Amino acid sequence: MAFARSRQALAIAGVLGLALGATACGTGNDKKSSGKASSPECAAYEKYQGHDGKKVTIYSSIRDIEADRLAQSWKQFEDCTGIKIDHEGSGEFEAQIGVRVDGGNAPDLAFIPQPGLLKRFADAGKLKPVGADTKALAEQNFTPDWLKYSTVDGKLYGVPLGSNVKSYVWYSPKTFKEKGWTVPTTWDELIALSDKIAASGTKPWCAGIESGDATGWPATDWIEDVMLRTQTPEVYDQWTTHGIPFNDPKVADAVNKAGTILKNEKYVNGGFGGVKSIATTSFQEAGTPITTGKCALHRQASFYANQWPKGTKVAEDGDVFAFYFPAIDPAKGKPVLGAGEFVSAFADRPEVQAVQTYLASGEYVNSRAKIGDWLSANKKLDINNVPNPVDKLSVQILQDPKTVFRFDGSDLMPAAVGAGTFWKGMVDWINGKDTATVLQGIESSWPK
Amino acid sequence: MEFDFAAEQPKFLMLMYGLIAFVVVVGGLLLLLDVVPAWFARRREAQLIAASASGAPMPGRRKQREGLFALFFLLPTLLLLTVGLVVPAIRTTLLSFMDDGSNNWVGLRNYGWMFSEGSIVRVLINTLIWVILVPLVATAFGLIYAVLVDKARLEAIAKSLIFLPMAISFVGATIIWKFVYAYRGDGQEQIGLLNQIVVGLGGEPKQWLLESPLNTFLLIVIMIWIQAGFAMVVLSAAIKAIPADIVEAARLDGVTSWQMFWQITMPGIRPALVVVVVTLSIATLKVFDIVRTATNGNYDTSVIANEMYNQAFRYGKNGQGSALAVFLFVLVIPIVIYQIRNLRQQREG
Repeated sequence: MAFARSRQALAIAGVLGLALGATACGTGNDKKSSGKASSPECAAYEKYQGHDGKKVTIYSSIRDIEADRLAQSWKQFEDCTGIKIDHEGSGEFEAQIGVRVDGGNAPDLAFIPQPGLLKRFADAGKLKPVGADTKALAEQNFTPDWLKYSTVDGKLYGVPLGSNVKSYVWYSPKTFKEKGWTVPTTWDELIALSDKIAASGTKPWCAGIESGDATGWPATDWIEDVMLRTQTPEVYDQWTTHGIPFNDPKVADAVNKAGTILKNEKYVNGGFGGVKSIATTSFQEAGTPITTGKCALHRQASFYANQWPKGTKVAEDGDVFAFYFPAIDPAKGKPVLGAGEFVSAFADRPEVQAVQTYLASGEYVNSRAKIGDWLSANKKLDINNVPNPVDKLSVQILQDPKTVFRFDGSDLMPAAVGAGTFWKGMVDWINGKDTATVLQGIESSWPK
Repeated sequence: MEFDFAAEQPKFLMLMYGLIAFVVVVGGLLLLLDVVPAWFARRREAQLIAASASGAPMPGRRKQREGLFALFFLLPTLLLLTVGLVVPAIRTTLLSFMDDGSNNWVGLRNYGWMFSEGSIVRVLINTLIWVILVPLVATAFGLIYAVLVDKARLEAIAKSLIFLPMAISFVGATIIWKFVYAYRGDGQEQIGLLNQIVVGLGGEPKQWLLESPLNTFLLIVIMIWIQAGFAMVVLSAAIKAIPADIVEAARLDGVTSWQMFWQITMPGIRPALVVVVVTLSIATLKVFDIVRTATNGNYDTSVIANEMYNQAFRYGKNGQGSALAVFLFVLVIPIVIYQIRNLRQQREG
């Protein structure tokens, strides 16, 4: 009996082994070495050549369709240089990147969306400063404003890749036209418009800060955007670097100013309920009442363009569009809050540097922009290559010389605050806690 | 978007590799477990036959070989336990005495932080509420249900209804319950069952998950909903295992149903009851998915496992995260010891 059984098992194992062998053969030669490298469309990639057959791994938070677009954007680069780019996107990027680095399994490149996280890795000596070629190209293509976010102790540790503009208020051009409302260009006009809409029986603003384990972030964007408007950019920088305490009166002032909209029962939360419903409304659906006329204004970043229900036309003459979140004192310039990700290297092999340099180049950003739903602060980006009207507007704003750009503050702060107590504090604030208590709590959590 | 099979080919290939690797590994292990003992058995058989043929005394089992044999089977388990359990446990304990970046020793500072920081004390209290309520309520509910449906008509169907939630993952169950608790403003169409009932009775819709401490209890309901089925199935089996002659003897003595339950059923199922409560206690101490999915620990609902993950992996505070992990470990140990002693007593008794 035992004998018969073991024979059977042997047979199974044998078949399995054969199957494994057969499939292994089937894939052995699917990488064909094409003679593309010398063809004319590869001329632009000449300076990156000489690494044929090498592999570069990239880790990022970009997934699904966006990841497919990424792969498409560097396909020609791969074909021409023979470098294989192996990209992996993860929804748990911020938590997992640390685990991978500590575990000795760091990717060659990572797209890090938080300068705070980048600094942590740079301080720990895990990141490699960018190579000379990359540095020269980055300084040529980006403003010092952008590069300072990836500079640690005078060394450049990352090159900006994609960007977004957060200082937007979404609205419906159609509804505005019907009701005879005009797009406000100053803070006072914005409040006057809000009052007018509120008087007509509709709650003017809608907001939502629920976002899974990142719940709270849209509210921190609000505070940052208002902070940039009530204070100078210099004070903003002090705030994000803890030069002034988190519960400084200047911060409290900005939070209360945001509260005049966000915690105003007359203004919010169109389509969802009262102030507290902001806490449980997901950021994805927060703006949708605009399409049904239950709400008129929704402050959210440029990437919200992808969240509208299918069939919504996003254009200046369409169903929804965005206007610039107006400054309080226009004489001080045009404060713009934004964010983006930085290409940082954990390895300094020549092929890794080649990819890093390529991602900083004008060729790359234009190649990626043409595919759609993407923009960069890279100066070489040609606005005609950006198909989407909101992205076009963002590029205009980013390239406007009057623009004073500041990076999303919560991404600059240490993770314990920027991805922790600041988020949670804002959730409590929306849920009824007073400004002073909330700010005091965040201040006490700042790592000493 | 159109589904392009050719473009997705690498993914399918990957999937196939995964499946094949799984089958090879599992198949290989099964083969090993089958072949090795069979080989030993045949050898021994041959020895016995040879011995009986030659008329020599039967060769005794040599203790040494048996030890080697045991080692052969224990080795993989020991190895995996060391790598997967012992080493991480020691390392986590060490990390809990170090600072955020695990560079310097800080003594008991992380433990001091745990018991002095208001929000963390709240987390500990929440965990306590969880670990008291879930095992008690889930077990009580399961037990009452098991007794009520025992030998009733359609018992199988009644039992599967309660057991079904067990088949749903914690995250899935929480998403379902989030819909139950969902809120829409007053005057709008409610999409949440609970608020619809409240509105139907003439009340005002409430933001259930925002109100502390009510929200913690509402999350506990989810866990009970999932786990009551487990308690019910185990206890129902135990009730059926009570020897029929005892039950019959009690009946002949004329017990009431009440006496039957307390004098016959309860003592009969005591070991199963202990197993259920212990298992549920440990599962509850570890609860993470429900809280993370429902509220992400906001609105004062966080529990130890959730806070531990946040501290260590999101905020980069390895020391504080490890201290929470160690505390959780310490809480589980007495329950495990109790369970082991209980098992031992049963074996002896």
